[in-house]
Amino acid sequence: MKFWYFSETAYPELPPEATYNSIRVTLPNVNYDPKVGAALFDRYLDEWLIAESEGLNLMLNEHHQTATCVDPAAPVVMAALARLTTRARLLILGNPISNRRDPIRVAEEMALIDVLSHGRLEVGFVRGVPYELAAANSNPVRSNERHWEALDLIIKAWTHHAGPFVHEGRFFHHRNINIWPRPYQQPHPPVWVSATSPSGSARVGSAGFVQATFLTGFRGTPGVFDSYRRGWRDAGRTSEPPLDRLAYAPLLYTGDSKDTARKGAEKLLWYLKANKVPDYYRNPPGYLPVEMGVRIMRGAAPQLAASIKDLGVDEAVKNGIMFAGTPNEVHDQVVKFYDHVGGFGHMLMMGQAGFLDHDETAHGIRMFAREVMPRLTETLRDRAPQRSAA
Amino acid sequence: MRREVMTIAGVAVECFTAGEGRPLLVLHDELGLSPQAQFLDFLAQRRRVVAMSLPGFGKSDLPLWIDCVDDLSYITLGLLDRIGINAIDIVGCSLGGWVAAELTSKSPERVTRLVLAAPYGVKLGGVDRLEFPDLFAMSKTAIAEKSFHSPSFANFDAAALSDAGLTTIVRNRESFTLFAWEPYLHNPKLSHRLERAVAPTLFIRGASDGIVSADYVAGYAALFPNASVTEVPAAGHFVHLEQPEAFVSRTLDFLDRN
Repeated sequence: MKFWYFSETAYPELPPEATYNSIRVTLPNVNYDPKVGAALFDRYLDEWLIAESEGLNLMLNEHHQTATCVDPAAPVVMAALARLTTRARLLILGNPISNRRDPIRVAEEMALIDVLSHGRLEVGFVRGVPYELAAANSNPVRSNERHWEALDLIIKAWTHHAGPFVHEGRFFHHRNINIWPRPYQQPHPPVWVSATSPSGSARVGSAGFVQATFLTGFRGTPGVFDSYRRGWRDAGRTSEPPLDRLAYAPLLYTGDSKDTARKGAEKLLWYLKANKVPDYYRNPPGYLPVEMGVRIMRGAAPQLAASIKDLGVDEAVKNGIMFAGTPNEVHDQVVKFYDHVGGFGHMLMMGQAGFLDHDETAHGIRMFAREVMPRLTETLRDRAPQRSAA
Repeated sequence: MRREVMTIAGVAVECFTAGEGRPLLVLHDELGLSPQAQFLDFLAQRRRVVAMSLPGFGKSDLPLWIDCVDDLSYITLGLLDRIGINAIDIVGCSLGGWVAAELTSKSPERVTRLVLAAPYGVKLGGVDRLEFPDLFAMSKTAIAEKSFHSPSFANFDAAALSDAGLTTIVRNRESFTLFAWEPYLHNPKLSHRLERAVAPTLFIRGASDGIVSADYVAGYAALFPNASVTEVPAAGHFVHLEQPEAFVSRTLDFLDRN
């Protein structure tokens, strides 16, 4: 299993939640003090470097117009990390390509980071959470169709080397596609796609990309992974997908004592809780399939994030949304989850959120890297895949 | 109303007809066509009412190539071709009013008289403000308050509706979003085309409309060579639903002046 460290680079110094309507899209940026923000980025970059020095790979993402993640341009921060690091694999998960107006620009940015990092980049593509649509002014309808056309076009731009080609698609048009630089890795960097629903993951499996799912827990993950495997086989492959095609992202905190672990885990829950967003940003018409819209009108929760917002540490661990505790406890939690979902090859650990300060974050990274990672690697080596519970 | 599915430009659309007399084309609002709506019944007592669910609404298809109101206006012209009508009176409500305005700017000879109820469609003001409140950034309650003189008009019991009924509601909202999102509820070119729309035109606005303002309607009407405006009291944005009698009486008074 490969291990990745991830922080959403939040800006947690906010007014009381009751005083604002939404932490995303509309919270006035007068609440962002650029000097505080600059110091936070110094810190977050340091923490990625600690993670690298402890043998972890690095992941980052982007969001827009939100205090929950003040990195609105993942390629910019990843370009910095490409030059600050030397060994770690670097994963952007991901580029919100259905909200980007020009996929060719994304292909160029990724090729450039791949060159700057001497071939250490892994490129994720995400459809993006629904609150991104208002910030991007991106039509919620057909974002899935835009996503796949953009993805195919980016891969073609990376792999086409004989001079300009033409793309006259449904959503994107170019007459002279001929990117410089081209990617360092050949034929192109590994491609990841995130999906939290079975319908999304079948298509990812069919394409054979790495599939990542976030916070779907014991209940949601088996269905997502099984759909991936089904999509993989339905595309005509005779073997099962290798484990390195599947990734899971939990909240993860390891402490040297139960007490330290508990305190760290509680602070990590900020990520779930600091997400006050009105329904009209949470579920814009057209983002979810019509059938899901009907279920919501009948009372279903509009979104995974809404259903897990109020979990405590114990419930989050019980649900497989969080792994937290002493090294022994975290090891056992991960193995139990691993068996439950039929195995996976990448652990994307969200190891920093909200008010988890630098020392606490560094402690969590080091405890995991030194005390859990080697044991997990040992336990999971050659472990026979268990049948998924889905 | 009698229902029939027609294929226009490769798109299967459901069409409805009712009544006898001079034909009248009705273009529905973003809530979709409800054949049971009272105003349709009142209109059909005097006219042969022709209506269809626009692509993406009701049971009409929405192929991937369709993505703007311009497309909807061409499908509507295709419907007139199909049923063999050269020129016709048109009533368009809200989104349907926008479709009617687009259609008239393209083929003014096909339109004898035009009634537009609180239509969207043109950009009048500056770059720093929307023409309409952002319907995608407000709660359902706020939308109901802006849409109706009596906001309880927006209430419905989801539990009492079938899955098919709810599916239509959700799909209509999705299709409206496709057409409304960007540019927000307007076609930047339409205002430059409307001098061609010479048909006598009546704008009807509910006095309590919180979405389409009186200033907007006045500015929109001024783009037409031959348009006037009337307001219906105790009605919001969906004036044809909330005050069907007043709406139909003003509509027919105007159309029958021919």
